[in-house]
Amino acid sequence: MIDYFLWALRVFKREILVIPGKTIVIIFYIFLFLFPLITADHYVLHVLTTAAIFAIFATSWDLLAGYTGQINLGHALFFGVGAYTVALLNVNLNLPPWITIPIGSIVAVLVGLIAGIPALRLKGFYLALVTLAFPIILSGIILYFADITGGENGIPGVKALSSNSIFNYYIILLIMACSIFIMYKLIDAKSKFIRTGVILQAIRDDEISARTSGINTTKYKLLAFAFSGLFAGLAGSLYAVTMRVAGLSTMELSLTFQAILWTIFGGIGTIYGPVLGVYILFPLIEFLNLFPIVGEIRFILFALILIFVLLFMPEGIGPWVRDKIEINCPRCKVANIYKRRKCRICGATLHIEKIVT
Amino acid sequence: MFEAILINSLITGGIYAILAVGFSLIFGVAKILNMAHTAFYMLSGFFIYIAISFIGLPLIISDIIAIMLTAVFAMLCYKLLFDRVKEQANAVMIISIALAMLLQEIFLMSFGAEYKQIPPFIPGFVEIFGGIRVTWQHLIAIGSLVIVISAMWLLLQKTKLGKTIRVVSEDREIANLMGINVSNICLITVGISGILAGFAGAIVIPLFTLHPLMWVPPLVAVLAAVVLGGLGSIWGSIIGAFILGFAETVVVFLVPMGSFLGGAVSLIIMIIVLLIRPEGLFGVVFEGERL
Repeated sequence: MIDYFLWALRVFKREILVIPGKTIVIIFYIFLFLFPLITADHYVLHVLTTAAIFAIFATSWDLLAGYTGQINLGHALFFGVGAYTVALLNVNLNLPPWITIPIGSIVAVLVGLIAGIPALRLKGFYLALVTLAFPIILSGIILYFADITGGENGIPGVKALSSNSIFNYYIILLIMACSIFIMYKLIDAKSKFIRTGVILQAIRDDEISARTSGINTTKYKLLAFAFSGLFAGLAGSLYAVTMRVAGLSTMELSLTFQAILWTIFGGIGTIYGPVLGVYILFPLIEFLNLFPIVGEIRFILFALILIFVLLFMPEGIGPWVRDKIEINCPRCKVANIYKRRKCRICGATLHIEKIVT
Repeated sequence: MFEAILINSLITGGIYAILAVGFSLIFGVAKILNMAHTAFYMLSGFFIYIAISFIGLPLIISDIIAIMLTAVFAMLCYKLLFDRVKEQANAVMIISIALAMLLQEIFLMSFGAEYKQIPPFIPGFVEIFGGIRVTWQHLIAIGSLVIVISAMWLLLQKTKLGKTIRVVSEDREIANLMGINVSNICLITVGISGILAGFAGAIVIPLFTLHPLMWVPPLVAVLAAVVLGGLGSIWGSIIGAFILGFAETVVVFLVPMGSFLGGAVSLIIMIIVLLIRPEGLFGVVFEGERL
């Protein structure tokens, strides 16, 4: 028992503390877990709970677009399907959230598989446009059958997880941490046990080469759609339970655009990027809303901040910061702290360009 | 009923067509996925509204000024924003979405969310083909759409500039080697597409209403039309736009509560076409790339 503990401690010291990026992630999670000690204000906790939900959502988009290369412009479809499933089951059959949330995620997986079928034939821009169409078609259908789905008003009166906002905050934070860790493991190309990471990135980089290497790309693309749908549906289900309403806004084009915005702002193709983007941009808008004059122009400020940040850091804020604090060893490709002279594993000289000049 | 469907689908399709041509010109030549293209069309509408309601210029002059200003604005955006990050396609797309949001919020703040209208060129009706009543404004719209589309065809096929634009969109590097100033051509193309967007705005404003959120529905339709016709094919996107405009109008007119389903039906058509022919109606794909 103590051996295992010491082993975990050693791994923690050797694998996590030596890389500043991972240390920052750990500190960030600890900060989020201790946050209710700083303030238990209902509104602040609500903003952070919603941010955790959107972090799952944006990361699931990154899983599909950043790692598999399947640009999905209709990602809100999964979110909306999850939210509507939870709301319909809860309001009509009175099922508790512990049952409806898994069902909502699974229905979103099924929808993800259906939406994945065009992905088998289409590529790039064409795929993006077909996926863009799905949520718009579904919202047209929802408006048409307004007596079941509530039309433009949506389905109000969904039962909350619990009445205690701190309890809700911790539950959703835990789910967020677990989902993002699972997604991180799914796309980790260096993992020895799970091969999806390297296969999905191979499909993104060169699909024809991946097929020639004997990878069933169709199967893995469908797998990516299913997993992305699972987590986006989970986020949608949690959203319906938190907001206590499922409306058309859960599958609007603007929600997909927001997920893309957060992801690209934070850094596409990095799992931490979308989380960073959500936790910077989403509370920022709510924070700007607190001031009377700034509140009216908050979206203008938001758009301006976005444009200027992307003009100076076109890869997103996450990779920009990472390049400032970390450097990859030119020989063994292991991440090191930027200020080190020699690689911590193989001893090769980092910063070759400084020696040359 | 039949003539109403015909005229409305001609106008809807025509507007989508000139927006789609502008969009696919920018995409083909400058390689920019410009999500703010329909926001430029909204911008032109608001320029016309400002010129008429606040300055009091006549409609025709304010139309011309608005089209010019829209083109200048598009070129400024290209030089100041898109050109600097053009290596990062994602950043370009997000910046264009942010730009559209910026315009929407500025108009929402300064003019409010009410629907606004401006008077038509010539009020009243005219009877054509023995008893079909058409408003003058609809006739003017159809006429000017025909003129603009044929002018675009002449520009692209018969002039040296058009030839240069087509060369750049086909192969940038070869065009550069042949002594074509590629960045200048990109700027000119962005200007042309700004003119097209401004023109679409000038046609739409007297027919429909002006609203800060009006850029979203045509954006979806334009993207669908461009993909339906096949990327990189300008004639394909014109035909795709007319197909979508026709489908949307038919559904809105013939199906009860069809206005909710109008967008959905045209997108279903797009999905079916793409499932049968993944490169769009007129797109070109190399056999090796097809999976």
